[in-house]
Amino acid sequence: MLVEREPYSLNAAEKQPLLLAELNELTKHHQQDCSPYRQLVAAQWPDFVAAEQTEQLPYLAVRLFKQLKLQSVPDADVFKVLYSSGTTGTPSRIVLDSATAAMQSKILVKIMQHWLGKARLPMLIIDHPGVIKDRSHFSARGAGIQGLSFMGRNHCYALNDDMSINFEALDQFCQQFGDGPVFVFGFTFMVWQFFIQELQKQNKTIVLPQALLLHSGGWKKLQDQAVDNTTFKQQVLAQTAISKVHNFYGMVEQVGAIFVECEQGHLHCPSYADVLVRTPGSWQTAAVGEEGVLQLLSTLPRSYPGHSLLSEDRAVLLGEDNCPCGRLGKYFHILGRLPQAEARGCSDTFSSGTTP
Amino acid sequence: MSNELIQTNTAKLTTAFATALVVADTQIHDDLAYNSIKEWDSTAHMLLIAELENVFNVMLDTDDIIDMSSVAKAKVILSKYGVSF
Repeated sequence: MLVEREPYSLNAAEKQPLLLAELNELTKHHQQDCSPYRQLVAAQWPDFVAAEQTEQLPYLAVRLFKQLKLQSVPDADVFKVLYSSGTTGTPSRIVLDSATAAMQSKILVKIMQHWLGKARLPMLIIDHPGVIKDRSHFSARGAGIQGLSFMGRNHCYALNDDMSINFEALDQFCQQFGDGPVFVFGFTFMVWQFFIQELQKQNKTIVLPQALLLHSGGWKKLQDQAVDNTTFKQQVLAQTAISKVHNFYGMVEQVGAIFVECEQGHLHCPSYADVLVRTPGSWQTAAVGEEGVLQLLSTLPRSYPGHSLLSEDRAVLLGEDNCPCGRLGKYFHILGRLPQAEARGCSDTFSSGTTP
Repeated sequence: MSNELIQTNTAKLTTAFATALVVADTQIHDDLAYNSIKEWDSTAHMLLIAELENVFNVMLDTDDIIDMSSVAKAKVILSKYGVSF
């Protein structure tokens, strides 16, 4: 099983056959145990039996998790339901049984250990404590913070409930732990808007030279303010003295197998997941260097059919097994969100096969 | 290791679990597993880890947190740090 392997240890020749076998098995499992999924696959891929390459696997538009009840376990086995932060309309609904939830945590930790080490570091969370209050109905933000808090100790929330900086807590944290390695986590926009920019506005700096900042979430709001990754990193360094800054890409539909940015600024696939880029319209896979829509493969989703998903993000594949950072696997860039109409379009294609 | 100490550690462990998960002492037995009851979810798991670290004065690493899938497993992990059961 791929989940037993180290996150960046497999080259294509070793990984692809294992990945294909596991994803074929998952496809069969979801066809058996999730009737809307079975119908979607039958409508879109009527001749599908098994894939000989990952490119041939059926994939669902991620939007379908907003529109349909997609689960492959009986209601009695539902342990937790995750909801996307969905800025517009209905949120995605991701159904977890306890085995899938446990596997997600396990893999998230395995990936993060690669970047942070095994010791749990003092953890500064750039958010407010209210975000994890309702345990039965987590937002994507809450779930992300919850999942990553496994990696830390002495958790400190840097913001108050009204999003202002909690300077008392922050100063105490920096005083107590600032000399050693610490783990800082937040969502990209929160980190920028409510922390870095706020520190700058108030002309304040903090000093966490040995910290690693991990941040995740869309760049869209930042791009609107003309903030790119380089600017982000420079400003973080100026206000906090943090030089190790890593973005990661992941979605609530595939929690666990996240894609972390390396020192070269490339997002890397871990052993448990993979990506394909498809050209809108023809939906053929695009070559390395060609822009398209990102498809995400993950071996973790068992309780819901989320193992092969067409995202609403534009991306470009940069290479496989040859990133200068030395990590094996595919690596890529996210270029931004698909325009709304186009995203709706590719979802409509795929929902046409289901009975309402 | 004296029986007395082992008994004390078992009692401390039971109390730590009951406190962190907010369930009755009587619910804590070796087979109780992570994610098997609503009360032992990922949020409670972090509280549990903090509680065990305090009660037994140990520092658990991330592998320990993931491996701690049952009460029995918690005993095995704590034994690595010199806490006997």
